[in-house]
Amino acid sequence: MNWQIELRRISKVFDERVVLRDISATVTAPGAWTILGPNGSGKSTLLRIIAGLLTPTEGEVLYLYNGERLTAHQRRQSVGMVAPDIALYRPLTALENLRFFARARGLPVQDSDLLRWLERVQLRSRAHDPVASFSTGMVQRLKLLTALVHRPSVLLLDEPGSNLDEAGMEFIRETVREQAQHGIVIIATNDTRELGYGEPLVRLGA
Amino acid sequence: MNRSSGWVHEAFAVFAKDWLLELRTRVALGAVVLFAVTSVMASGFALAPPSGVPAEVKAALLWVVVFFAAVAGLSRVFVVEEETRTADSLRLAVSPTGVFVGKLLFNTVLMWGLCLVTVPLYLLLLEVPVRSASLFVTVVVLGSTALACATTAVGAIVAKATTRGALFGVLSFPVALPPLLVAIHGTRAAWLSGGAWRVATGDLQVLVGFILVIVPASLLVFEHIWSE
Repeated sequence: MNWQIELRRISKVFDERVVLRDISATVTAPGAWTILGPNGSGKSTLLRIIAGLLTPTEGEVLYLYNGERLTAHQRRQSVGMVAPDIALYRPLTALENLRFFARARGLPVQDSDLLRWLERVQLRSRAHDPVASFSTGMVQRLKLLTALVHRPSVLLLDEPGSNLDEAGMEFIRETVREQAQHGIVIIATNDTRELGYGEPLVRLGA
Repeated sequence: MNRSSGWVHEAFAVFAKDWLLELRTRVALGAVVLFAVTSVMASGFALAPPSGVPAEVKAALLWVVVFFAAVAGLSRVFVVEEETRTADSLRLAVSPTGVFVGKLLFNTVLMWGLCLVTVPLYLLLLEVPVRSASLFVTVVVLGSTALACATTAVGAIVAKATTRGALFGVLSFPVALPPLLVAIHGTRAAWLSGGAWRVATGDLQVLVGFILVIVPASLLVFEHIWSE
C-alpha cells in the first residue's frame, strides 16, 4: 500500500486576512506527522483543507494511492477526522451516532460490532444514552470512534487530547501508534503531551 | 469490513437519521402540524357552509395552508445541521448527492404526512364536493412533492447565509409559485369539473416537469454550495 498526500503551495485568505501562505509538504504512509503552531496560526484551517472541508484560496491537496489520484468519493472513504468544531448528533444515543456514520459509509455493521467498539473507549454502559448527557471527554472519545469506524487510511486529529483524562489520552496514543503502522496520521496541536506523537510536518507562525 | 458504495445507501442513512432526530426533537413536526391544523381549523370555522365561499377560493386557501406549513418546517433540514455544527460530520461521511437526496426524501415524506392530516380535515370542515377523488389525490401527491422539492432546494441554498430567514422568503417566492398555482388549478378541476382529468392534464404535466427539472438542477447547485 502506498498512500501519499501532497500539499502544493496552499494559501488561504479569509476576507483580507491571510491565514496560510504557500504551504507545501508531502507525507507518505505509513507514519504520523504533526502540524505545530500557537493558537490562531492556522493549524485547524490547514487540517480542514487537507480533509476537503475547506477549499484553499491557492494551491491544492492531492491524495494519491499507488501514484493514482483519488476522487472526492474515494477521499471521503479514506479519511477520518476529529476536531473540536465537528459535532455529533446530541439528541441521538452513542450507539445511534455510531450506527449512522457506519451505515452512511456503507458498512454492513451489526449493533454487536458497534457495542464492542464502544467497549474500547469505556462507553459500552452509556451506549443507549443521548450524547447530550455526555461529558466533553466522553463526547471526544465517541468522536474518535466515529472517525475510526470505517478504518480510514488517513486520520486527521485536531487537538485530539482536549478534555481527555489519562485513560482517554492513552487511547489516543494507542490509536495514533496503530494508525501510523499502516496509514497516515496528521495531528494539529500545541499541547506538549501530543508533540511527540509524530514528526513535525509544518510549523506555523502566529 | 465490506463496504457498499454509492449515494443511495447514503441517502437512506441520512433519511433514517433525520427521522430519528425528528422523532426525538419534533422541531419540524411541531412547526408544520401546529401551523397546518390551526390554519385549517380557523378556515373551517370561518368559511364552512353556509358562508357561500366558492370552491375556487377554497382550493387556493388549501394550498396556501400547505405551502406556509411547508415553509415553517421543511426549510429547517439544512439549517439545523449548520446550527448544531454537525454539517462537517456529514460532509466527511456522505457525498453531497447522498445528503441532498436524503433530506429531500425526508421533506417529501413529511409533506405527504402533512397532507394526510390536513387535507381530509379541510375537506370535512369546509364540506368541499370532490368530483374526481383519483385526480384530487394525484394533484395532492404531485403538488406536495413539488413543494417539498422547492423548499428543500431553497433551504439548501440559504442554510449558510446569515440572513437566511429573509433570503428564504425571497427565493421561495419565484421557485414555489409555479407549482403552487398549478396545484390550485388542478385541485379546482378535481373538485368542480365534469371531465376533470382532461382539464387537469396540463397541470399534472407541469408538476411532473417541475419535479424532473428542479431535482437535478438543485443537485448541481448543491454540490458547490455544500462543499464550502
